[in-house]
Amino acid sequence: MIPAAVGYVRADSAQAAVAALGEHGDEAKLLAGGQSLIPLMRLRLARPSMLVDVGRADDLRGISIDGDAVSIGALTSHSDLEHSADLVAACPLLAHVASQVGDPAVRHRGTLGGSLAHADPASDLPAAVLALGGTLVATGSGGSREIAATDFFTGFLESALAVDEVLTGVRVPVSTGGWSYQKFNRRAQDWAIVGVAVAEGGAGVSLVNMGSTPLRASAVEAAVAGGAGAADAAAVAVDGTEPPSDNNADPAYREHLVRVLTERALVAAGA
Amino acid sequence: MTVTDTPFAGGIVGEARLRKEDPALLTGEAKFIDDLDLPGALWVACVRSPHAHARIDGVDTSGALAVDGVVAAYSGEDLADTWVAPLPCAWPVTDDMKNPSHFPVAQGKANYAGDIVAVVVATSRYAAADGLEGVVVDYEPLDAVVSVEDAESDRVVIHEDLGTNVSYEWPLIPDPEGVDAAFEAATHHITETYVHQRLIPAPMEPRGVAVVPAPHNGDMTLYSSTQIPHVLKVMAALTLGVPEQKLRVIAPSVGGGFGCKLNVYAEEILCMALAQRHGVPVRWTESRTEAAGSTIQGRAQRQTIELAADADGKLTAVRATLLADMGAYLQLVAPGVPLLGAFLYHGLYDVPLYAFTCKSVFTNLTPTDAYRGAGRPEATYAIERGMDALAVAVGVGADEIRSRNFIPTEKFPYDSPAGLVFDSGNYQPALDRAKELIGWDARMAEQAERRAAGSTTHLGLGISTYVEMCGLAPSRVLASLNYGAGGWESATVRILPTCKVQVVTGATPHGQGHETCWSMIVADRLGVDPDDVEVLHSDTAISPLGMDTYGSRSLSVGGTAIWMATEKVVEKAATIAAHMLEANPEDLELMGGVFSVKGSPDAEVPLAGVAFAAFTAHDLPDGVEPNLQAQVTWDPPNFTFPFGAHIAVVEIDEVTGAVDLVDYAACDDCGNQINPMIVEGQIQGGIVQGVAQALWEEAVYDEDGQCRSANLADYLVPSAAECIDMKLDHTVTPSPTNPMGVKGIGEAGTIASTPAVMNAVVDALRPLGVTGMAMPASPMTVRRAIEAAGGGAS
Ligand SMILES: Cc1cc2nc3c(=O)[nH]c(=O)nc-3n(C[C@H](O)[C@H](O)[C@H](O)COP(=O)(O)OP(=O)(O)OC[C@H]3O[C@@H](n4cnc5c(N)ncnc54)[C@H](O)[C@@H]3O)c2cc1C
Repeated sequence: MIPAAVGYVRADSAQAAVAALGEHGDEAKLLAGGQSLIPLMRLRLARPSMLVDVGRADDLRGISIDGDAVSIGALTSHSDLEHSADLVAACPLLAHVASQVGDPAVRHRGTLGGSLAHADPASDLPAAVLALGGTLVATGSGGSREIAATDFFTGFLESALAVDEVLTGVRVPVSTGGWSYQKFNRRAQDWAIVGVAVAEGGAGVSLVNMGSTPLRASAVEAAVAGGAGAADAAAVAVDGTEPPSDNNADPAYREHLVRVLTERALVAAGA
Repeated sequence: MTVTDTPFAGGIVGEARLRKEDPALLTGEAKFIDDLDLPGALWVACVRSPHAHARIDGVDTSGALAVDGVVAAYSGEDLADTWVAPLPCAWPVTDDMKNPSHFPVAQGKANYAGDIVAVVVATSRYAAADGLEGVVVDYEPLDAVVSVEDAESDRVVIHEDLGTNVSYEWPLIPDPEGVDAAFEAATHHITETYVHQRLIPAPMEPRGVAVVPAPHNGDMTLYSSTQIPHVLKVMAALTLGVPEQKLRVIAPSVGGGFGCKLNVYAEEILCMALAQRHGVPVRWTESRTEAAGSTIQGRAQRQTIELAADADGKLTAVRATLLADMGAYLQLVAPGVPLLGAFLYHGLYDVPLYAFTCKSVFTNLTPTDAYRGAGRPEATYAIERGMDALAVAVGVGADEIRSRNFIPTEKFPYDSPAGLVFDSGNYQPALDRAKELIGWDARMAEQAERRAAGSTTHLGLGISTYVEMCGLAPSRVLASLNYGAGGWESATVRILPTCKVQVVTGATPHGQGHETCWSMIVADRLGVDPDDVEVLHSDTAISPLGMDTYGSRSLSVGGTAIWMATEKVVEKAATIAAHMLEANPEDLELMGGVFSVKGSPDAEVPLAGVAFAAFTAHDLPDGVEPNLQAQVTWDPPNFTFPFGAHIAVVEIDEVTGAVDLVDYAACDDCGNQINPMIVEGQIQGGIVQGVAQALWEEAVYDEDGQCRSANLADYLVPSAAECIDMKLDHTVTPSPTNPMGVKGIGEAGTIASTPAVMNAVVDALRPLGVTGMAMPASPMTVRRAIEAAGGGAS
C-alpha cells in the first residue's frame, strides 16, 4: 500500500492543466478527487511519474442551468451534485445517482469529471450521464471539442480523451420526466453489482457493471420506444452485455439481476 | 432485569459511565504503533510468496540492495542461524500432534500466499517498499491444497517430513456405546453438515511492530500491536534466545484484535532479530492487503452434527464431527480453537450422551487461529441450526423445541455430558424476554399473512440461544487440555499518599474499556472517584505479570484479581485505621471513603488520612509495613457460563435473493454487570460481527490458493449503514465461582447472532422448499438456493 515515487505539480486552472499535460506527456496523470487514482497508486497498479493536481482549479467547478441545458464543471464533487437544489430540480436523476456513490467521504472528494474520465464500468455517474444523453467537453492544446457520452467510453478504464486533454465539463439536458436508478449492492458504500439508470420514462436506459464499459441499453430503449411494457422491455436488457464475474456475481446471476432491475427501474420511471 | 443481590455497595458499579479511554482515542492523542516517533529507525518490508505452494529455488536480493535507501536484504537462508527455536505453537493438543517447523522467513518452500520468503531493511517505509520490487525469487509452483477435503486425502502432502496433512485427531466420547445405542433408539435422527467459511478478522488497526534495542546493555523493547504482551515476552525470549529479564514488551494503544493479535507472529520475531543485528530501532507496519493474507484467519471448518431425539423432540444424544483447517502452519493456539467448542456442541440443552471428534488438517492457506468466540460460535452454530432442523422434523416451533430441551434451572450447577460443570443458568426467561422484545407472536402472524398472500418478500424469524464457556481459564483444566500455560491473572492495587489510586492489571485491553471498568470496581469499594483511579497495563515493565486479554476472561479472571487486591488493601488500611481510632479492625467498616466504627458513628477516619499515615509510617501498628499496596494472582476454579437468547428477523426478496436484516432482539445474561453501557457495546459489536459472518464476510480463495478478498472492497466488513437498532435486555444470574458474580460478555454477540440470522434466512425460505443455506447468505447464494429448490419468481 505504498505508492512508487511520483512527481507533483499543481495546475489551478483548466489552461494550466492542459499546459502541464502537454509538458509531461503520457507519463503524467491528472489528479482530481483522487478517489480512484490514489488507491490504484497505493497498490502500484498505476505508476504515473507526474501528478498534475487540478484539485484547486476553481474554473472547473460549478453547476449552471441555461434554458434546457445543465452545464457542470468537471471538478464538481459528487456531494455538490447531490446537494445542489438547482440540480435536484432540473435533473433529479443525476443528483440522486451522485448520492448513491460510495460514502460521504468519497462523495466529498470524488468528482464528476474524475468518475467519467476513469471510465469504470462499475461506476454510477457514467450511467446517469449516458441515460441522460449527455455531452462531454474536452480541452487540449488544440482547443475544446465535444464528445457524446455514447462515444466517450471506449474500453475498460479507457475513454476517448487524448493524453493531453482535460475533461473540463459535462452537459446534460434538463430532465424531469420519469426516472429511476436501481443500484444493487450488498453494503451501502459499495459499487453496484449491477445498476440500471432510466431517464425520461425509458427514453434513456443505461447499465452499470454489465460489460467492459458503462453501457447504454439500446435494445431496451428501442423496446420502450416501440411501446413495449416494462417486463417485455426488460427482457432484452441482456442484449449487448458481457457481464463480468466476481465474488458477488457470476455472469448468469448478473443477467438475471439486470432484467429484474431494468423492469423495476422502468416501472418506477413510469414506462 | 432480574433483581439479585450484589456484592457492590458503593453506587458506582452498575452505572453506565462514559469510558475514560475515549477522549484520547477520539482526539488522536492515543498513540498506536504507527504513531511512535523513533528517530533513526529502519523500516522492514516483507517479500511474500505470491504462490500458495512453491519450492524456492533461489533468492536474489542484489536488486533490492541497489535501491536508494535500502540497507540490507535477507533470504530465509541468510537468517537461518538467527532463530533458537521455531515460531511457537503453545497448544499441542495431543501428544502425537504433527507440528511443521515454522520460521519467520521460509526456507526451501513457501506454504501459503503471504509466507515471508525474504525481507528488506531500509531507511524509510517507501524505500523498503521499493526494495521489495528488487528481490527476485525463483519459484517452482506446486499444486496447492485449498480445501479441507483435499487436505485430508493427502493427495498433496504439504509438509513432506510429516508424511500427512492431518495434524491431529481429538476425540471426546465419554460413552461410545451409549451414544450409538441412543441413535439406534431415536425417533428422530437429524444429520446436518455446515461449513464455517474463513473469516479475516480485520480490526480497525492492522498489526505493527517496532523494536528498540540497547546494544550495549542488551536491553530490548518490543512494541507490538498485540493482545498479549506478557505471553509474547516469554515466547519471544524462547524463540530468539533473548534473556527474558532484558526484554520489555509494550502494547501501545491497540486498535482492536478480535483474537488475531493473540499470537506470536513472524514479524515480531523478525524485527527483534533485525534490531539486534543492525543495532538500531527497526519497525514494520502492516498494510491492509498484507493483513488479509498474513494475519491469522478465523473459523474455517466443516462440521457435521447429529441429533438423536425421542418422539417429543427431547434430545437423547448429540454427536459432532469436525474437519478443521489449520492453514499452512500451527500458530500460537490454533490447535486448541476447536477444543474451546468441543464441550459445547450440545448447547444449553440437557443431553445425557455426547460425542465429539475433531480432525485438523493443513492447507496451503493463511494459518487460522482464535477469532472472536474461538470454537464457541462454531459449536453454537451447529447445535442451534440443528435444533431448527429438529423442530421441523418434530413439527413444533423453534421456540418450543428449545424450551423442551433446556437444562432445567434446578439442575445447576450442571454436570454436562462433556464433563464440564456449568456454574449457573436460567435459560427459559432469557428466551421469553427475547420473544417479548421482538414481538414474536405478531411477527409470526405477519409471516403467515405474507405467506397466505403469496408475497415474494419473505419474512423469516430465527432464534439462537447459547451458552458459552469463558473466563479462560482454570490452570489445571488447561493442563488437562495440554495447553502450554496457565489461566491466572494478576492485579496490584496501590493507594498513593494523596489517596489517589494506581491499579496494575495483567489483562491487556485493546478496545474493551478495562480502564473504565477496573477503576469502577476499585472506586466502588474504596469510595473514591473513579477518575482518581489510574489503571496501568500493557507494558511488562509496569505490569510484569499477566496472561492478557482473550476468551472473555478479563473481568471474570482479571477483574476478580482486582477485586481481591482491593479487599486486601482495605484490610490493611483497616488495620491502620483501627490503630488510629483505637478500635478493633473487625469493628470497622469502609463506606464512602471513610472508616468508621460500627455502632459509634463519631469514631471515624477518612481513607485519605489512613493513606497518608501509611505513607509517613510515623505511627503504624507493630508489624505493619508502610504504604497501602496489595498484589493478588487469581486462578479461577472454573469457567463461567454466560448465556442468552437472540432472535433475528429477516426479509428476503425472492427475486434477487437479497437478505435484509430488519429486526433483532437479544436477552443476554453475563451475571452481574460492572458497566451496562460497556456490556451493551460489546453485545452490539458482537452481534454485528456475527451477522457479518452470516451475510457478508468470507475470505474467498480460488483453486490456486489466491485470496480474492484481500481488501475492504472485496471483503465485506459491514459499516454503520448496515447496522440496525437492536432491542437488547438482560437477565442477571450471577456466577457462583467468583466474588463479583460476573461471567463475561466479549464474545456472546458473535456467538449467537450468526445462527440466529441463518435460521431466520432458512425459515423465510422454507415455503419455497429451501432447507439449508451456505454462509455468507449473499444474494447470489440465496437466489441459487431458491432456484435449486425449484422456486423463484423472476
Ligand atoms: C471507498 C470508495 C468507494 C467508492 N464507491 C463508489 C461507488 O459506489 N460508485 C462509484 O461510481 N464510484 C465509487 N468510488 C469512486 C469515486 O466515485 C471516484 O471519486 C471517481 O471514480 C473518480 O473521481 P476522482 O475525482 O476521485 O478522480 P481521480 O481519482 O482523481 O482520477 C481518476 C482518473 O480520472 C482522471 N481524471 C480525473 N479528472 C480528470 C479530468 N478532469 N480530465 C481528465 N482526466 C481526469 C485521472 O487522471 C485518473 O486517471 C469509490 C471510491 C472509493 C475510494
